[in-house]
Amino acid sequence: MQHVTLTVNGTKVSCDVPDETLLVTFLREHLNLTGTHVGCDTTQCGCCVVHLNGKSVKSCTVLAAQAQDGEVTTIEGLAEKDGTLHPMQEAFHRLHALQCGYCTPGMIMAAVNLVDTYPEPLTEEIVREQMEGNLCRCTGYHNIVKAILAVAAAKHGVTDKAPAPAGAE
Amino acid sequence: MVMYPTRYHRPNSLEEALKLRADHEEASYLSGGHTLIPALKQRLARPSDLIDLAALPGLRGVKLENNVLSIGATTTHAEVAASPIVRKAIPALAGMVGTIGDRHVRNRGTMGGSVANNDPAADYPAAVLGLGATVITDRRRIAADDFFVALYETALEPGEIIIRIDFPVPSQAGYAKFRSAASRYAVAAVFVAKFGASARAAVTGAGSSGVFRLHDLEQALAEDFSPAAVAQCKVDPGDMLEDLVGTSEYRANLVLVMARRALEHLGEACSYK
Repeated sequence: MQHVTLTVNGTKVSCDVPDETLLVTFLREHLNLTGTHVGCDTTQCGCCVVHLNGKSVKSCTVLAAQAQDGEVTTIEGLAEKDGTLHPMQEAFHRLHALQCGYCTPGMIMAAVNLVDTYPEPLTEEIVREQMEGNLCRCTGYHNIVKAILAVAAAKHGVTDKAPAPAGAE
Repeated sequence: MVMYPTRYHRPNSLEEALKLRADHEEASYLSGGHTLIPALKQRLARPSDLIDLAALPGLRGVKLENNVLSIGATTTHAEVAASPIVRKAIPALAGMVGTIGDRHVRNRGTMGGSVANNDPAADYPAAVLGLGATVITDRRRIAADDFFVALYETALEPGEIIIRIDFPVPSQAGYAKFRSAASRYAVAAVFVAKFGASARAAVTGAGSSGVFRLHDLEQALAEDFSPAAVAQCKVDPGDMLEDLVGTSEYRANLVLVMARRALEHLGEACSYK
């Protein structure tokens, strides 16, 4: 067994878990944080993306023990304590950037990290390329990209008005 | 998917890591884990112990000295791709690393892990061989030409640990990859580099024995380091992989197309799908 200690969404947690426990299993089954999803379980779909020490990672491909003493943020840790949504959650909601919702936690965690860390201004081309590690099986990419660009634009003060979804959608 | 039970260790020194490995014959080293952990989840491997190299001092980072770029084994792909030192010294290498997997994979995957694993479709082996790099381990220096032995097989001895890789800085280099849209691994990719009057060219993704050099092209490039040199080069389909993605004839042609595109876009990496 491993005694794993992490700071998850600002709270220090410790659990004794088998050595081969994945970070996503630790979050979902030991901490009951089931917002982080498991999609493909083969490091491709990105449903399980969380932030580990400020970087986006696929938590189905990291051992909990590898994350020892790390800081983890999951989808449950994004909104304010009073329930005010994170701007990325709000933009996904407003711009209809989700259909079934299964990929959404990973999409949002990836998108938040992208907007926070990408060294250059984001364009549609960059967003599509940088979001390749997240798959949406409803093929809802169009509005996902719009939501991310809206948050990026607001952050950089380019516009305070998000683009409306196109009429055809 | 559930892994077989294993024991996890995180040694803090090279000596400790080597001792753990010596004490556990069925152990595996673990770096970023982005090849090993998926393999463990599929029950393709059953190491008794995992020895995590992440905490070893001196294995992480980038340094440029005397026209040699040294990259530490546990440096992540994201760190190499973003490194101003790498981007300035060998922009095609930084660009190539930026095409590996996706940004989440690049945040975890490491150079040493990729090179030690020697996946026949991985990107790093093409740069290591194409630049004529030297692999420095805990016990010796191995030239790239001697390092890659066969599919998933290298010259590393049991327990040997890659410390860093020294890449000589070329006067020009380029990389072009045609990748599988699903896996993002190379279907065929070519790294070309010019060193004074000589040239090197290495292919990954396509060869049935893993990464290999295109000697014909290297000779033509020594005379004329330009896309025109590709016209004098042939690739034998008999040496190519054949799978669902493409026949061996398709790959033999694709190698030459990627070689030409690498030479048309020197100083960067191009990824096609």
